[in-house]
Amino acid sequence: MIKDFVKGLWKENPIFVQVLGMCPTLAVTTKALFGLSMGLATTFVVVSSSVVISVVRKFVPRQVRIPIFTVIIATFVTAADYFLKANFFQISKALGPYVPLIVVNCVILGRAEAFASKNKVGRSFLDALGMGVGFTAALIVLGAIREILGAGTIFEFPIMWKGFTNWIVMVLPAGAFITLGLLVGVFNILDKKMKTRREIAKG
Amino acid sequence: MIKKRRENNTLRIIMALAVVGILSGALLVLVYNYSIPKIRVNVENETERAIKNIFPQAEKIQKTKDDFFKVTGAENKVAGYAFIAEGNGYQGIIKLIIGVDPKFTEIKGMEVLESQETPGLGAEIAGSKFRKQFENLPITQKIEYVKNQKPTKPNQIEAITGATISSRAVVNIINDGVNEVRKNVK
Repeated sequence: MIKDFVKGLWKENPIFVQVLGMCPTLAVTTKALFGLSMGLATTFVVVSSSVVISVVRKFVPRQVRIPIFTVIIATFVTAADYFLKANFFQISKALGPYVPLIVVNCVILGRAEAFASKNKVGRSFLDALGMGVGFTAALIVLGAIREILGAGTIFEFPIMWKGFTNWIVMVLPAGAFITLGLLVGVFNILDKKMKTRREIAKG
Repeated sequence: MIKKRRENNTLRIIMALAVVGILSGALLVLVYNYSIPKIRVNVENETERAIKNIFPQAEKIQKTKDDFFKVTGAENKVAGYAFIAEGNGYQGIIKLIIGVDPKFTEIKGMEVLESQETPGLGAEIAGSKFRKQFENLPITQKIEYVKNQKPTKPNQIEAITGATISSRAVVNIINDGVNEVRKNVK
């Protein structure tokens, strides 16, 4: 059971390994706070839709499962969007159209199709939670790097020395691609090192 | 026999889709009813905060028309008017609130309510350095912008370096907005 949760964090991390959901990943990570909010909204949607889909999985005719999953996902996305607008107005303004666009985030439909539609509620919940947390963590790392270099702050808190020139390219789209590319590379190196170490340990 | 099963199947598909649709619609009605009043308050607060920034002496803000506000200061003296205007920026819509004096001769200030301009460049239209240029700017003539030099005429402002399109968008939105409001007031 615990494996279902942990795999989303590292081994099957939605961003660094599966490379899914790139649209919000690249677009909203100009600041760590935006990455965090986007991550939480996505986690809410993936967890609640996975649970509901897992509950109804036996009643859903195979031919129309994708439209039904999409309606369920869209319902939770709309709820999340209105909730943010009502309670976190500034964050919702900053994220702009990317909250409603969670509907088409392939991490969510991917979990629904690959896991929740085939597994029990408990396991689907853990699987979705793991994916959500892994996604959120990746967005925060990406947002933090871009915010530190691009604006000299982290979570709006200034940390760079006086006279530091902001690398504006980092908050532009190009910065998103550069950072993501480097992070995926670093991730792969770490992953390989850990694997060889494990094999050596095994003998 | 086979035919019967297929009919059943079609019925099941229709039922499943209908049930999911109805349930999700019902849930969304609840969410909508819960959040719409709160969202409306948020938008109003945002507008009020912007107007108070433009008119620090404001004591009463009355909405006389859609997107048009009368601002009253101490002793019921009219401090000016504020209105919302929008237009295309470099990326998406820019929505501004503009304050003018009671006689419609100069701008008292402007605030950016919504914009998706480039961070660090176009987004500086919301920065105080750019906005300050509009304070007490005469609107008896059209506002103009100049590039990479200090303004020489009273109706000119200096565009942000590297964000001419965003700066020009703001100038155009204000010019059009002022024209529009003047027409309606007269």
